[in-house]
Amino acid sequence: MELSETDRLVVAAIVDGLPLCARPFKAIGERVGLGEAQVIDSLTKMRDGGVIKRFGLIVRHHELGYRANAMSVWNIPDDRVGAIGRCFGKFDFVTLCYRRPRHLPDWPYNLFCMVHGRERAAVQGQVDQLAIACGIENVGRDVLFSTRRFKQCGARYGAVPSQLETVA
Amino acid sequence: MTPVDLDDMDRAIINGLQGGFPLCEDPFVKAGAALGLSGEELLSRISGLLDRGALSRFGPLYNAEMMGGGLTLAALKAPDDRFDEIADQVNSFAEVAHNYARDDDYNMWFVIATETPGRIDQVIGEIEALTGLTVTNMPKIEEFFIGLRFEV
Repeated sequence: MELSETDRLVVAAIVDGLPLCARPFKAIGERVGLGEAQVIDSLTKMRDGGVIKRFGLIVRHHELGYRANAMSVWNIPDDRVGAIGRCFGKFDFVTLCYRRPRHLPDWPYNLFCMVHGRERAAVQGQVDQLAIACGIENVGRDVLFSTRRFKQCGARYGAVPSQLETVA
Repeated sequence: MTPVDLDDMDRAIINGLQGGFPLCEDPFVKAGAALGLSGEELLSRISGLLDRGALSRFGPLYNAEMMGGGLTLAALKAPDDRFDEIADQVNSFAEVAHNYARDDDYNMWFVIATETPGRIDQVIGEIEALTGLTVTNMPKIEEFFIGLRFEV
């Protein structure tokens, strides 16, 4: 969908998050000269059109005890990567799954699957479970745990807040 | 750092409100009713969770491509003795949204989010110029799953 001028005003007005007050959409509208109904219509349209993936709390997973943040990476034959990606997505401990390019010779992996958990051993076991359940115990894989987090913020670029969808 | 202490109601709010916030005139009243809270009680709880650092934000999560922006995952191999210096240099870019150290030869992984897709390559070039290191760009080719919801 194409964003209208009104949509862009709403996005800009909400860049810091929703105001915590009884009529938050009215407050958003007042910042940019729009009525409450216009703001609600615009957000509804963006949600239904897929521009807004979801609306609600964005958690800091580390602060909630999710300390083991594993990026599992897999070297999957190109003709199977779609099927395997969809197989990974069925597991509730998988938080993200993307196909990305290989960089040969030192980076052979083309499927990235994030698993967030509380303990490293449990997360390692979940990655093993993925390999078994999706029938790829024999493909090359690695698990990169995060050791430090330097930055997790909604960086602003123009009027567009960045995406937590990309927690990696 | 110890995890943020949560009581049962905090957990119910976090588990129930990572999506699906009602878009209506009195959304906190409506969302609160599902949890047995008044609108004011829910507002106060959310505010407390933000203050205690359990939440980064309350609002929309956007689809970057549909917003017209650029987004990628990039990695580099930082020498151990320069690791902190490199991290500071990478984090100095406003376009770097997340940055994690990981246990691999590629030991620094970061997300670059830009206003336009064309700006991604420029930022990568600027990071390479500043750090003197090669940045490997690993953009998404296909997306299979985005859940990114956390049960507590």
